[in-house]
Amino acid sequence: MIDSIIHSEIFMLTLTIGIYLAAQYLYRRTHFALFNPLLVSMAVLIALLRALGIEYEEYSSGNKIINFMLGMSVVALGYLLYEQIENIRGHTLSILTSVFVGSIVGVVSVALIARWLGAGDALVASLEPKSVTTPIAISVSASSGGIPALTSVAVIVAGVFGGIVGPWILRMVGVHDRVAQGLAMGAASHALGTARAMEIGAIEGAIGGLAIGLMGVMTALLIPILDKWI
Amino acid sequence: MVGIFYLLLFYLLGNLVSVLMHGFVPGSVLGMLFLFVALLSGAVKADVLRKPSRFLLDNMMLFFVPVAVGLMAAYDLIRGHLVAIVVSLLLSTIVVLVVVGLMQQKLGNKRHD
Repeated sequence: MIDSIIHSEIFMLTLTIGIYLAAQYLYRRTHFALFNPLLVSMAVLIALLRALGIEYEEYSSGNKIINFMLGMSVVALGYLLYEQIENIRGHTLSILTSVFVGSIVGVVSVALIARWLGAGDALVASLEPKSVTTPIAISVSASSGGIPALTSVAVIVAGVFGGIVGPWILRMVGVHDRVAQGLAMGAASHALGTARAMEIGAIEGAIGGLAIGLMGVMTALLIPILDKWI
Repeated sequence: MVGIFYLLLFYLLGNLVSVLMHGFVPGSVLGMLFLFVALLSGAVKADVLRKPSRFLLDNMMLFFVPVAVGLMAAYDLIRGHLVAIVVSLLLSTIVVLVVVGLMQQKLGNKRHD
């Protein structure tokens, strides 16, 4: 009987939200950087699922509604962008230039570092679109000789990492401008970086959403060209 | 509820165009763009979208939890080249953050000089 409860959708869903809320509470009480709510929820859930013998596929299908909400929240960024339009006006050219350079630097740096550490062509092609939203990253990876499954892992790693340390790194190098912060978070860590940028402020979140789209399109167009040299 | 309907409608529209593009750009990102254009053109009133959008955006980080837990199923895939993969991804993510952040801060504020 307990078994059928443990394997039910409502259990998976309650577990996800409950653990996230607890992690958020812990972070708000301590403000200790390592207690990032996403990081803590991820670690606790992975350990719990292992202990309860629940496969990831089962957990994931129990959380379908959360994945749906993720898609809806990306659409909602369109509203935020509209609400913040006054803060974007006049920044168009600088935004396009910064994301363009960021896209080149992102692809080249990950390729060079991975190669230097012994990665082969397929692995490099899988890592190159890491800063881009998953569907774009996967199509780019597949058409440039990468392994799509590996690419989706790379996208999550870049997203989780940037989402956690991004604001801290930006502060360290002296980026205080709100538009610049949001743009960097969205460009480096797609929707995950944007979700974190949302927590800093509405301008940051709106610009992050814009960066997801721009970075995706630019990287997709640049990778076939850059691949000729690296 | 009207706001939720619009979010769903534009998500659906985004998915439709995404399918026509063979899934290259995700439906949600296209939906964001379409909703933005519809609001700009005045076809959709912003007021009805405020509440549902705020609710979704305020909780966006939570919606990533299942995706992040997916890393538990990925270990076998990356085990062979763990160091090359992790080091290159982390360093390159920092590089993008710093380059885009500093560039935008410099270029974006030039016009105020």
